[in-house]
Amino acid sequence: METVNAIELRNITKRFGSVVANDSVNLTLKRGEILSLLGENGSGKTTLMNMLGGIYFPDEGEIFVDGKPASIKSPKDSFNYGIGMIHQHFKLVDVFTAAENIVLGLEGEKGKLDRVSIRNAVQEIADKYGFDIDPDQKIYDMSVSQKQTVEIVKVLYRGADILILDEPTAVLTPQETEKLFTVMQNMKRDGKAIIIITHKLHEVLSVSDRVAVLRKGKYIGSVNTKEATQQSLTDMMVGRSVSLNIDRPVNPDKSDRLIIENLTVRDKEGVKKLDNVSFTAFGGEILGVAGVAGSGQKELLEAIAGIQKVETGSSVTYVPPEGASSQLCGMAPIDIIRNGIFLSFVPEDRFGMGLVGSMNIIDNIRLRTYREGPGPIVDSARSTALAKQIVDDLEVVTPDIDRTPIRRLSGGNVQKVLVGREIASNPTVLLTAYAVRGLDINTSHTIYNLLTQQKMKGVAVIYVGEDLDVLLELCDRILVLCGGQVSGIVDAHNVTKEEIGLLMTTVEGRGASS
Amino acid sequence: MDNIISFIVALIVAAITYSTPLLFGTLGEILTEKSGNLNLGVEGIMYMGGAIGLGGVFYYEKLAGSPNGYVAIVVAILFAFIAGAIASLIFSFITITLRANQNVTGLALSIFGTGVGQFVGEYMRVREGGYVSISNELKDFFIASPFPKFLQDIPYLGKILFSHSFFFYLAIVLAIVMHFFLKKTRKGLYLRAVGESPATADAAGINVTTNKYLATIIGGGISAIGGMVYITTLAGCTWNHEGLAGFGWLAVALVIFCMWRPLSAIWGSVLFGALMILYTRLQIPFVPTEIYKILPYVVTLVVLIISSIRNNKEKQPPASLGLAYFREER
Repeated sequence: METVNAIELRNITKRFGSVVANDSVNLTLKRGEILSLLGENGSGKTTLMNMLGGIYFPDEGEIFVDGKPASIKSPKDSFNYGIGMIHQHFKLVDVFTAAENIVLGLEGEKGKLDRVSIRNAVQEIADKYGFDIDPDQKIYDMSVSQKQTVEIVKVLYRGADILILDEPTAVLTPQETEKLFTVMQNMKRDGKAIIIITHKLHEVLSVSDRVAVLRKGKYIGSVNTKEATQQSLTDMMVGRSVSLNIDRPVNPDKSDRLIIENLTVRDKEGVKKLDNVSFTAFGGEILGVAGVAGSGQKELLEAIAGIQKVETGSSVTYVPPEGASSQLCGMAPIDIIRNGIFLSFVPEDRFGMGLVGSMNIIDNIRLRTYREGPGPIVDSARSTALAKQIVDDLEVVTPDIDRTPIRRLSGGNVQKVLVGREIASNPTVLLTAYAVRGLDINTSHTIYNLLTQQKMKGVAVIYVGEDLDVLLELCDRILVLCGGQVSGIVDAHNVTKEEIGLLMTTVEGRGASS
Repeated sequence: MDNIISFIVALIVAAITYSTPLLFGTLGEILTEKSGNLNLGVEGIMYMGGAIGLGGVFYYEKLAGSPNGYVAIVVAILFAFIAGAIASLIFSFITITLRANQNVTGLALSIFGTGVGQFVGEYMRVREGGYVSISNELKDFFIASPFPKFLQDIPYLGKILFSHSFFFYLAIVLAIVMHFFLKKTRKGLYLRAVGESPATADAAGINVTTNKYLATIIGGGISAIGGMVYITTLAGCTWNHEGLAGFGWLAVALVIFCMWRPLSAIWGSVLFGALMILYTRLQIPFVPTEIYKILPYVVTLVVLIISSIRNNKEKQPPASLGLAYFREER
């Protein structure tokens, strides 16, 4: 008898505007199986799973649960099909206890909360699968891993037998990850079907039975974990190189510009986001920074720009083209800017850092120039002239520069203004992150050319990017971050995509752990 | 010695009288804020409750001829509640459905509500020939204690515990019921979840919009009863907008003072009541009595500073207080 698949996806397609997030994806999941869903950032893993979780609805294709066609329109529908999804960002109420969070939204037999029987039921689930949980503990007193446990027990309490975990190990220590994997094996033995999204290859190999790979929204294939190696999986994940024809002249005149030594940054919870990072950025080169999302890219740039607290022992030495070098750690951000170090960070929503959406182009430019000019009155002629120049030079398409709020412009034009403004300040170091996020090919090339021009002028450009093909063709060297550590600095002229892909997921000799 | 004791007893009794409108206003606002809605329109809501509650009793007496005291109380509560509920329904529609800024909307509602209250109060006064008044029997009924005389005659304690109007005891019962609801029932837990993290509540299948609407509307109704209680007990059943002014703002301050806990609101309101009337009873040479009137706000500030320094996770405003919830914004 043929076993019925717990989940079967047939030709699932999901578009956001003109972007195809999932292109005709097929996927199967059996009972008692752990399936790893592997892929680079933006390969559509989370989007695909969100369609099972009821957050998105597929544009095309069919979903089958236990062999029957299913229509999942809301998280509630998803529950009803026995699907439980554990998101990266926990959905928990901080001031409630674990038990209170677990029963949230469920119809009880009585209006009054029967705390004793809820606690017993939670304890029973915990004992069955080997969870470590105190039902009466408040969420705000818990570690990240304990919060995750609450999330998992929550979906089990609601009777889920298909579990989807979205990068569950991203926030865990290696010991906690070990514990989670033990629990997952217990659940598997109990007949639950589990999908785990991850891009850590060694975890894929150690926990799963089968691996499915997505690349740029397309389903590449699946292999049994027994037959896979780190190298074979990396090849499937990154695919063949695509030529972009980015013009890359070499600036022969290179000099030390930023010397970073032992840079360590911890987040609020005390987790290391950057771990002993050391490298040198040269004037006259573009240093690319690669890594899976959240490997410490943001922290690195912010630490250099002086807006991130660093641990003692960290050192960022700035060597100006002329004059004495200085220590940037501990310097106020404004003094770092006066030294010529500019940060243009394009966050996911494009406005989180650097631009004010409701202000026009001139006012946004003035955010950088308002200190210039004599006296306390803002020199508006200067910023107006600069705005005109940027709009002309970079071909920003805008109805005007003094009325339209900048958020009404298209993404590419907004980013041109942002990058153009930083460049106009004559930087000696230019930090950019995701400068081409969401841009079309032509506009992206405009930005690449701008950065290359700066490089030829002797500026040290640090380019944090997502697309490996771009990094390979735009940069001179590429620094690869993995879990806050430097896993390698490679020459971009002769390195393969596969080599970088492997570095992104592994630090020398051992697996990634953050 | 006897003088001091009778001074203190009289002070407490007067403080409780003043605390009652405040307690209703505060309890209503606590319920509203527990859903994550910050309704700054309490001042306006209490004005509307006062004027419309008074109107209800007045016209009931006119129609009935020989009015029944119990019915009059029910009519007053009902009219005030409906007035507050309608005002809060407007607030809810603007802030929950249209997702407008809650602070701006609340302030607008304050201005609107005081205007409506003034209009209704003055209009009735002019139409009835310069004076809206209610028969003495009814007036006495509104301020009479529901307890038998022998209890009230207990020395000192009788005055402090049993001499107040029916409304005070109703407010106490309401505070206890609300505490039980919020802490012990599923519905209360879900309502708090909505105020803490609407996205979590939504994902768990709790209807965020319904919870917010219901809490805000019922909360507004309860706050409005406070305005009516002031007019019928303290202002002697006549429209007195000057006396009513400021109660709503004090209620908002008191919500913070008692850290969103209904039971603490009971003693908090008595303390605020005492601070409000202290100037009539305790005159210190060279100290202007006006200064007493800012004491409740000073106390609230001190509480805010202390609680911020302590950073106790339990004694915090609902985490999403003042924020609109929009499901697609993730």
